[in-house]
Amino acid sequence: MPFNLLVLACLTYVIFLFLVAFLAERRAERGRARWLRSPLVYTLSLSIYCTAWTFYGAVGYAARSGLEYLTIYLGPTLVFVGWWWVLRKLVRIGRTERVTSIADMISSRYGKSNALGVIVTMICVVAATPYIALQLQSVTLSFGVFAQPGTYAWMIPDTNSTALWVAGGLALFTILFGTRNLDANEQHTGVVAAIAVEAVVKLVALVTVGIFVVWVVADGPVDIAARINASAIADWDLVPSRWAGLTFLSAAAVITLPRMFQVLVVENSDERFLGTASWAFPLYLLAMSLFVVPIAVVGLGLLPVGANPDLFVLTVPLSQGQGGLAMLAFLGGFSSATSMVIVASIALATMVSNHIVMPLWLRLRPAKSVSGDVRRLVLMSRRLSIAAVLGLGYLYFALSGGSAALAAIGLISFVGVAQMLPAMLGGIFWRGATRIGAAAGLLIGFVVWAYTLFLPSFGPGAILPLDVFLNGPFGIGWLRPRALFGVEGMDPLIHALFWSLSFNTAAFTIGSLLSFPTPIERAQGLAFVYVFDTERAELRGWGDGLAEPESLLIMAQRILGDEPALTFFEEQARAQGKAGYLPDPSPAFLAALERQLAGSVGAAAAHAMISELAGRARVTVDDLMRVADETAQIMEYSSQLESQRAELERTARQLREANEKLTQLSVQKDAFLSQISHELRTPMTSIRAFSEIMMEGGMPEGMPEKYAGIIHEEAIRLTRLLDDLLDLSVLENGTVQLDLKLANLSELLDRSLRAAAQTRPERDFLIHRDLPAEAIFLRTDPDRLAQVFINLISNSRKYCDATRPELRIVVRQRGGRVLVDFIDNGSGIPKDKQALIFEKFARLTDQTRAGGAGLGLAICREVMANLGGTITYLPGQGGAAFRVSMPLRLEKPPLAEAA
Amino acid sequence: MTHHAMLIEDEPNIAEAIRFLLNREGWQVTTLGDGGVAEAEVRARRPDLVILDLMLPGRSGLEILQSLRADPATAELPVMMLTAKGQGRDREAAERAGASLFMAKPFSNTEFVAAARSLLGVA
Repeated sequence: MPFNLLVLACLTYVIFLFLVAFLAERRAERGRARWLRSPLVYTLSLSIYCTAWTFYGAVGYAARSGLEYLTIYLGPTLVFVGWWWVLRKLVRIGRTERVTSIADMISSRYGKSNALGVIVTMICVVAATPYIALQLQSVTLSFGVFAQPGTYAWMIPDTNSTALWVAGGLALFTILFGTRNLDANEQHTGVVAAIAVEAVVKLVALVTVGIFVVWVVADGPVDIAARINASAIADWDLVPSRWAGLTFLSAAAVITLPRMFQVLVVENSDERFLGTASWAFPLYLLAMSLFVVPIAVVGLGLLPVGANPDLFVLTVPLSQGQGGLAMLAFLGGFSSATSMVIVASIALATMVSNHIVMPLWLRLRPAKSVSGDVRRLVLMSRRLSIAAVLGLGYLYFALSGGSAALAAIGLISFVGVAQMLPAMLGGIFWRGATRIGAAAGLLIGFVVWAYTLFLPSFGPGAILPLDVFLNGPFGIGWLRPRALFGVEGMDPLIHALFWSLSFNTAAFTIGSLLSFPTPIERAQGLAFVYVFDTERAELRGWGDGLAEPESLLIMAQRILGDEPALTFFEEQARAQGKAGYLPDPSPAFLAALERQLAGSVGAAAAHAMISELAGRARVTVDDLMRVADETAQIMEYSSQLESQRAELERTARQLREANEKLTQLSVQKDAFLSQISHELRTPMTSIRAFSEIMMEGGMPEGMPEKYAGIIHEEAIRLTRLLDDLLDLSVLENGTVQLDLKLANLSELLDRSLRAAAQTRPERDFLIHRDLPAEAIFLRTDPDRLAQVFINLISNSRKYCDATRPELRIVVRQRGGRVLVDFIDNGSGIPKDKQALIFEKFARLTDQTRAGGAGLGLAICREVMANLGGTITYLPGQGGAAFRVSMPLRLEKPPLAEAA
Repeated sequence: MTHHAMLIEDEPNIAEAIRFLLNREGWQVTTLGDGGVAEAEVRARRPDLVILDLMLPGRSGLEILQSLRADPATAELPVMMLTAKGQGRDREAAERAGASLFMAKPFSNTEFVAAARSLLGVA
């Protein structure tokens, strides 16, 4: 097989993956991705557990250590079959708390402590970097097999450049599809789809090679069995301590590996998928492990003695002249490596960005207020983190130069991440677990792991001097890294696993028992341990009414983006029984908002931001009271009462709002008559006075013409007022005749801007438009719609008080509706007036004589109702902002039927 | 002696009509379109008569009237209140605030001039 052809196939495959990811993202954006979020895809995405290490390495492992490789599959199988309830709890917590990573989960559980987030992030980065290096190495090695046919040993052509290309390509893919959206709970559809495809490719590849080996190279299962008996694998003896230790280790790893946590918890879109995964994932693992021994045995028999068993999957087909099959096997290995690296770097980058970059930025930024576009900053920091994580992996690979046994690095990494197990399981099952305990356990476990396993893995003399191995540091014999406390003769891996987890668990337990949890920790502990008891989860959190909803909205917009934030606030307001975009800052709302933000920036940062705005950076007496009350947890039966009370409160609020509205309406009705009188009498005064003057005669030259002009002008003003009133009455009664036709939105806006320019023509307005977005054909009454646009633009020209006035016109399509926002940079409309501006004669400052009678927005509202749309005021846009929303195609006048 | 009337009215056409009528009587007329500066102007220029519209930009006519009445220097100053609303409530409010005379818009020129003259004690 020519090397160039291989590179070509590889590129084609990568382009294919890009396409899969791209199309999946596209479908997801259009909301047609149901099958992309299915139990099948979820299960397949879990297969990133099987990296290149398991794809190539398992065969090598079997060739060296017999059936021991099975432990790597046994652990996850036990977890998925037997510990299903633990996974379900993790997934439920992940979804309710909007957890973004394993670091976020542990930080969130222990009082949203960022210190813990940093510790976990560090452990994960240190443990995962060699693992990523390992994947780069496997791709490089497998390239090498093809580049130099006939050699079965370690031959790597220009190692660094291959690895560099792979790392660069993966960084590009991950950044493109891993950081398109912010909110972790709804993202990465493209990545998950690509990974599911890769999962199928690697399974098909390994099974095909297996079938080839069993039925083509050998003469079927019986022959294979005979070969196994004849080979060295048959002599392998089970070492119970290693067997149990490795099974336990892989069981721990499947829930603590950052990438597994990412696909298992963060990317999970439906808890029920776990049900399918609990049997389908073990089945997948079984299929992956089925042919490992046959391939190993045949490889040992076929290939020369020095051949690297880690590459048997490739070299066996190659030695038989099966170039195509070898290519398939290569793509399988390539898939295993790339999918692991992609998910691992997304998971690590999220942690680095949320727990290190964001908190640093929050502390260092100059202004105290939440300023600047946090969204862009978060995305940028994630992108840089991805590049940094892959860069580290590449560096490790380039510096270590590739070490001989693939499996060794994998297991070392497993022990590293297993250090999170006590803090994680303790956190979700033991309310007494505290931050101090978790930090102590994690740190001690990490140090012991590094000292007994990670650093020695570089070899004696590399980092730890040879003398330390033989005699211990400073000659202290019982501190030798491979024989702590004089325990000799133990397998180094099991030795490290045993001591690190023992110290870890002991420190965690003792630290938790001796320290006292903070109120937030207690509350989070409750929420995690009793996650299935939802009512209780609502009880913790924020005090009442300290935060200004508008500033919360502004902050949320910066993090979630304008539209999602507005939609979220609108939903929350509606749930409280309020109209508009600004819900009351109730504890329930603040808790919901915090969870929403946590999905983007992590729990600790979200908590800090809301604390700042809610003016509650420190714990108050109120919190302590709440925690004290928590002992009186007779809440079990009161949960029903709670929901009834909430229902009553909602009804009462709606009634209160209705009543307020009625009272206002009655006042307005009186005011309306008085206003009409005023608006009619004012022009009449001039008309009467000047006509009387003219009747008396005897005026100087030119005066009669001037006064007649005034009379004429005032008469027109009267007519216009009467026209407006009539227009309003027709619109309100729904008897208006609509002239429906197709109209180009962009042209309508042009026309409206031209017409509105007559209002205060001396003002020079900077208009921002998005012409491509405006290229929409609407079916509506264009004249009526233009009337609304003109009114809004004229209002802006009249009332926008900025020295350099600007008007932004933003057009969006959402479903079958078109949204047009008019946003200026003036001081906007005060909150208490926002509900009133659409009422008749509701000129804000009664005195302003700048224009009409204050009927404009009332008419706009009625016009939009007739066009099947709405007009609303958008708070928190940094100026006066109005949103006009209408159907893309208005089929028939919605109000005409009633008329 | 020339009488000096200060007119505080934001509708330019109405102000123009009133200025014409009073000029024709031989009076000097100062017009202001904004309520915010009215009080200071009255103190500075000490007119013989103030004609005050009820609804003004800057500050309402009622407020201006109240502060004029609260100050002994202007407590006795003749003030004619104009309003286009013409409701009983407005009239009462104006009288409570101390308006010397209340005139509803639209008015007859003859009545208006007669009222202004009577406030100044001009026959």
